[in-house]
Amino acid sequence: MKLPLSLKKMFRRRIVLVAAVCLLVVVLVSLFAHVVTAYDPNDTAVSERLSRPSAAHILGTDELGRDLLARIAFGGRYSLTIAALAATGSIVIGTLFGLVAGFFRRLDAPISRVVDAMMSFPDILLAIALVAILGPSMLNVVFALVLVYTPRVARVVRASTLVVRELLFVEAARAVGVSTFRILWRHILPNLMSPILVQASFIFAYAILAEAALSFLGVGVPPDIPTWGTMVAGSQQYAHQALWIVLFPGVAIIITALSLQLLGDGIRDLLDPRLKKSM
Amino acid sequence: MTRYPMTRYLLSRLMGMLVVMSLVAVLVFILTRAASGDPIAVLLGDQATAEDISRVQKLYGLDKPLPVQFGIWVNQLLHGNLGDSIFLQRPVTQALWERAEPTTLLALMAVAIAAGIGVPCGVVSAVFRGRMLDQLFTGLAMLGASVPSFWFGLVLMQLFAVGLAWFPVSGYGDPGATLLERMYFLVLPATVLGVLNSALIIRFTRASMLDVLGEDYVRTARAKGLSESVVVLKHALRNALVPIVTVLGLTVALMIGGAVVTETVFGLPGVGNLVVSAVLRRDYPVIQGALLVVAAIYVVINFLTDLLYTVVDPRVKY
Repeated sequence: MKLPLSLKKMFRRRIVLVAAVCLLVVVLVSLFAHVVTAYDPNDTAVSERLSRPSAAHILGTDELGRDLLARIAFGGRYSLTIAALAATGSIVIGTLFGLVAGFFRRLDAPISRVVDAMMSFPDILLAIALVAILGPSMLNVVFALVLVYTPRVARVVRASTLVVRELLFVEAARAVGVSTFRILWRHILPNLMSPILVQASFIFAYAILAEAALSFLGVGVPPDIPTWGTMVAGSQQYAHQALWIVLFPGVAIIITALSLQLLGDGIRDLLDPRLKKSM
Repeated sequence: MTRYPMTRYLLSRLMGMLVVMSLVAVLVFILTRAASGDPIAVLLGDQATAEDISRVQKLYGLDKPLPVQFGIWVNQLLHGNLGDSIFLQRPVTQALWERAEPTTLLALMAVAIAAGIGVPCGVVSAVFRGRMLDQLFTGLAMLGASVPSFWFGLVLMQLFAVGLAWFPVSGYGDPGATLLERMYFLVLPATVLGVLNSALIIRFTRASMLDVLGEDYVRTARAKGLSESVVVLKHALRNALVPIVTVLGLTVALMIGGAVVTETVFGLPGVGNLVVSAVLRRDYPVIQGALLVVAAIYVVINFLTDLLYTVVDPRVKY
């Protein structure tokens, strides 16, 4: 298989390649959870409760004798879906607001002040308050995280739009009578792909962490849905007897979040070599 | 006006701060009024009749149109009144004030740890840019930003409190405990917050140092024959510290609200813990008050660090 040149260049940094492979493994294990493990994530076996990692249960079992690997694999579906939806939603809405604020001078101040106000709340506190107000459900967690991360995207996109707006090709497009919508869509947006992609991977990682924290606090998805966060929350009182029941779901979160951040870094280096020096 | 650039700058920043704070208030009002589930129904319980509900709604002014409700609420806010907690039956300001000490102490200890790790590692990273140490520290910084705080807290608790019994498992000591005893209870939670937040400080210090190390005066200092340690520590770090101080200030502000998770893990009676229990009991006045106060602290610290920036670095124009 031939990789496009840009991907080849990105993967020349071995750590970025390792991150991409790890992420791919996590996604595939979650997607094909029923193939990876023969156990049902909700099957309890009290006689096998809190068993150590063994040949029968590679990652051990939890306090109800449920297979941890099965729960992590199936739980990944929920954790990854929530984070992916949150990242997509905030990127789409944040880009829209950022573009408008950066391009139309009159709308810049009002949008930017609302962004400032929303960013005055610590992420997790705002997310908790939003879920409390909306009620705990998977969709509401996604909605809350979209609201939390949208201002962050809007701020980055606005800053980049301000730069691109002044470039010669935009002026040229305007001079030959290209419509504003077309200038934004065809001329400015493609030039913002680098910061947007970097933000997307970082927000995906933050959303994984935030969803886990919300579920841990008991204000996220309902506890019967096995996400990585609810797994740690449900088992924490047994941690002194069997550390692995909190250890492994946490490791799944770390591997996923770290891989996403490394990938984001790789994309940034590839698309914007100037940043490589400073960050 | 141009004769007093500092005054003009101060006024414009102050105005900006007021605008943001007003927007924060509007957002908090909209959020809590959009809440699913009527807070009055929660307050009165299942037994309440429709009559009871309308009577209490009238009492709290909830029967009035939204703009009027907003006006009343802002008026109360300006008098320092955040309303009463539904569950605790006490003013929200009092509840927040009682919980302020553990959270503030935790945030300060955590920032000290974050700076203690982050600044030296960032400096070393910048000086040895591209080499093994740099890659190690930047890798660790990224790892720090990928570890969930509740998980790290639970692991540290199992190792150092349950296993080795070096530190208390949870809580904040007896009511009459001294400050030192209280700090002892905060060692593990502050380590969790500090270590994880040091990631940001490492990255920032590294970037800031790299900027400064490329400056002409650093080259001059080297050309004068000064030792590398004097160049790095005296000439470069001192100037690089300005933006780092800003980030440290903002980190304290973010930690005050962001310590929610760590406080819950270690059972600390702080603001975060208060918010989580308020959320579980749907105690909206507390959620509303906590959001407002935390955002206000962030906005004010942001303003103060901005001012500090201009005082410490005379090149910054007003």
